[in-house]
Amino acid sequence: MATTYSPSSPVNYSTRVDKVGRGQRISVTIRAIIAVLIAVLMLVPVIWMGMTAFKSRPEAVAAPPIVFFNPTLEGFISLLTERRQLSAAEQAVMQARTDLDYPNQIALLRGQTIIGTSAFPRQLLNSLIIAGASTFFSVGFGVLAAYAFSRFDIPGKDDLLFFILSQRMLPAVVVTIPIFLMYKEVGLYDTHFGMILLYTSFNLSFSVWLLKGFIDEIPKEYEEAALVDGYTRLQAFRKIVLPQAITGIAATTVFSLIFSWNEYAFALMLTSDVARTAPPSIPLVLGTGGIEWAAIAAGSLAFLIPVVIITFVLRKHLLRGVTFGAIRKG
Amino acid sequence: MATIELHNVEKKFGESFAVKPLNMKINNGEFIVFLGPSGCGKTTTLRMISGLEAVTSGNILFNGRDVTWLHPSQRDIAFVFQFFALYSHMTARENISFPLQAQGLNKSDIKQQVASVAKLLKIDHILDMRPGSLSGGDQQRVALARSLVRKPAAFLMDEPLGALDAEFRESMRAEIKQLHIDQGATTVYVTHDQVEAMAMADRIVIMSNAVVQQIGSPAEVYHNPSNLFVARFIGSPGMNLVNGEYRQGMINLPGDNQYRVPDRWRSRLDKDLPSSGKVIVGFRPEAVRVTQEGQMRANVYASDLHGGYSMLHFEVADGSIIHARAGRGLDYAIGTPVRFDIEPDMVRFFNPETEAAMVNRE
Repeated sequence: MATTYSPSSPVNYSTRVDKVGRGQRISVTIRAIIAVLIAVLMLVPVIWMGMTAFKSRPEAVAAPPIVFFNPTLEGFISLLTERRQLSAAEQAVMQARTDLDYPNQIALLRGQTIIGTSAFPRQLLNSLIIAGASTFFSVGFGVLAAYAFSRFDIPGKDDLLFFILSQRMLPAVVVTIPIFLMYKEVGLYDTHFGMILLYTSFNLSFSVWLLKGFIDEIPKEYEEAALVDGYTRLQAFRKIVLPQAITGIAATTVFSLIFSWNEYAFALMLTSDVARTAPPSIPLVLGTGGIEWAAIAAGSLAFLIPVVIITFVLRKHLLRGVTFGAIRKG
Repeated sequence: MATIELHNVEKKFGESFAVKPLNMKINNGEFIVFLGPSGCGKTTTLRMISGLEAVTSGNILFNGRDVTWLHPSQRDIAFVFQFFALYSHMTARENISFPLQAQGLNKSDIKQQVASVAKLLKIDHILDMRPGSLSGGDQQRVALARSLVRKPAAFLMDEPLGALDAEFRESMRAEIKQLHIDQGATTVYVTHDQVEAMAMADRIVIMSNAVVQQIGSPAEVYHNPSNLFVARFIGSPGMNLVNGEYRQGMINLPGDNQYRVPDRWRSRLDKDLPSSGKVIVGFRPEAVRVTQEGQMRANVYASDLHGGYSMLHFEVADGSIIHARAGRGLDYAIGTPVRFDIEPDMVRFFNPETEAAMVNRE
C-alpha cells in the first residue's frame, strides 16, 4: 500500500479556512468567479426564455430586445386556451362587462374570447405518463439485467451485451418509418402503450450498460456477506445491492427521463391526438396572427420544470462517491 | 459448535484444479489456519466450506450432516472478509444487527445482543457511525462483531488482517485469538502470513499448487516439515537445504565438507536412500553451531543484526548460502572463515527425487 493510515483516525481533508494559504484563497475566489460567469453564460438562453414567456406579443418580438418589461400572463393564456375572434360589436359588449375574469380580460385585449382549454395540458400529461412509465420500466428492467450480467455466468454474455448495445446504434430517423408501419398494423399507433414500449426499449440498452458499470463496482463480498448472514439472494439484492447502486440508479433515471421527455422524432411520427406528447406540440402553438413567441416560451418553460425538479431531487445521488468507500482496496 | 469434515473435496475451474481432492477433519473448537502462497487454493477451500463456492466433487459435513449443497445461509457459519464487506449505507449498529434481522428477532433482543457484542469488542462508542468514517481496525472490529453476534457454529475468516497496517495487525491478531479462546468456536482462518499462522493456529494446513502439503501443529510444520516445499516456505529465512551424497554414515557436502550423520539416522538413510546416495540435508538457521572444532567450513558472506540476534550468511565453496542464527554479540567481518556444526537433534533429511522428508520414528 502506498499510503499509510494512522490507526485511530481516518484520513480527512481540512476545510478550515484559517489553514488555507493566502495564495490558495485567492485562486479559490478566482475559480468561483469563473464558475459563476460560465453558469450565467449557460443560463442566458433559459433566462431569456423565461422572460419571453411573461412578455406580451409586441414585447416578445421587439427589436432591439426589451430587458425590462411589464410581466403578463398573455403567453400562458394563449398556450392553455382555445379562443375565438370576436366581431367589433361583440368586443364592445365584452368591454362593457365588469365581471370578466383575468384570462378573458387578457384575451379581450386582442379582441378574443376564451372558448375552452387547449390540448397542451393533456399533452404535458401524456409526456409525464409516457416518460415516467418508460423511465420506470427501463431502469427497473435495466437494474435486473445489469445485475445478472454483472454477477452470473451467462452463456454468450458478451454477444448479448453487444446485441443490447446495438439497439442504440441506428439513428432514430432510420427506424421511424418501419416502426410507423408496424405500429399502424398492430394498433399501437398513437397509444400511450406504444410510446412507452418504444422508449423503454430504446432506454433499456443504455440503462443496462450504465447500471452494469455501477453494479460491477459493488464488491461481490457485500452480497456474500449477506448470504452467509442468512439472507436469500433476492433479499441480498434488495437490501444490499439496490442501496449501494442508488447513485447509478439515480443517474440512469435522470438520463432515461431526459431522453424520453425530450424525444421529438418518434413522438411526431407515431402520435396524433390521443398520445401526443409535449415536444412536437410546442412549436405548433401558432396564433391567428403569426408565431406566438410568448406562448412557445411559456410552453417550453412548463416543459422544463419537471426535469429540473427530478434532477434537483436526485442531485445528492448524482454526486458519485457518496456511498462508496467502505471496502478498502489493499 | 461444529466439527467440519472434508471428504475428497475438489474444485476445478475449467480443466485446471483450484483444489485437488482434499480430506481432513476439523475438530470442534479448533483454530485451523490454511496457509500458502497466493493462488494455492486456500481461499477456494474456505469458500467451499462456506457454500459461497460450489464443490466440483466431494462432500462437506458439518457435525456429521452433509451440507455440500446447502445454501450458505443454512450452514450456520459466519464469514469475515479481507476487505470487511461492511455495508456503507448502514451505521455500525445496523451492520451488526443485519444478521439478526435475517433471523427475525424482535427489536429489543437485537438491541441487547448488539450491545453485548459491542461491549466485548469495545466498539460501543462508534455504533452510530458509518463504516466510511471508521479506521481500518474499527472497521474490522465491526466486521467481527457482525460475525460474532449470531453465535454461529463456525467462523470462516479470509485474511481478515490482510488489509490492516502492520502495527495494527499484531494487536488485532491477539484480539482474534482471545475471542477464539473466549468463544471456543471452530475457526477456519486463511492467510499467506506464516507469522500469523504460527501465532494463532492449533493446526496449520499448508497448501501449494492446489494440494495440501502438510497438516500439523505450528511446532510440527516448523520442526518436521513433510517435504521441501514446507521446509522452504515456513520460517524466515526458510530451512537451509544442502545437496549432498551419502556414503556409509558420512555425507559429502559442497566445498569438500564432510558431515557425520547422527547415529540414529544411519539405518534409515541406509535403507531409504536411492543407490546414488543423493540426499538433501536440511537444518534451521538456529541449528547451526559456530565453533572452532566444527566439522564444516565456510566463509562469512554477510551478517545482519536483527536486534535480538544476528543472522549470519555463510558462503560454501560452491557458492550456495547457509543462514545461521547467532547471538547478537557475535560479529564477523565479511570473508572470515568459520567452522560450524549442526545440532544433531535438528537435522532433517530429504529425498531429492520425491522431495519428501525422511521419517525416523524411534
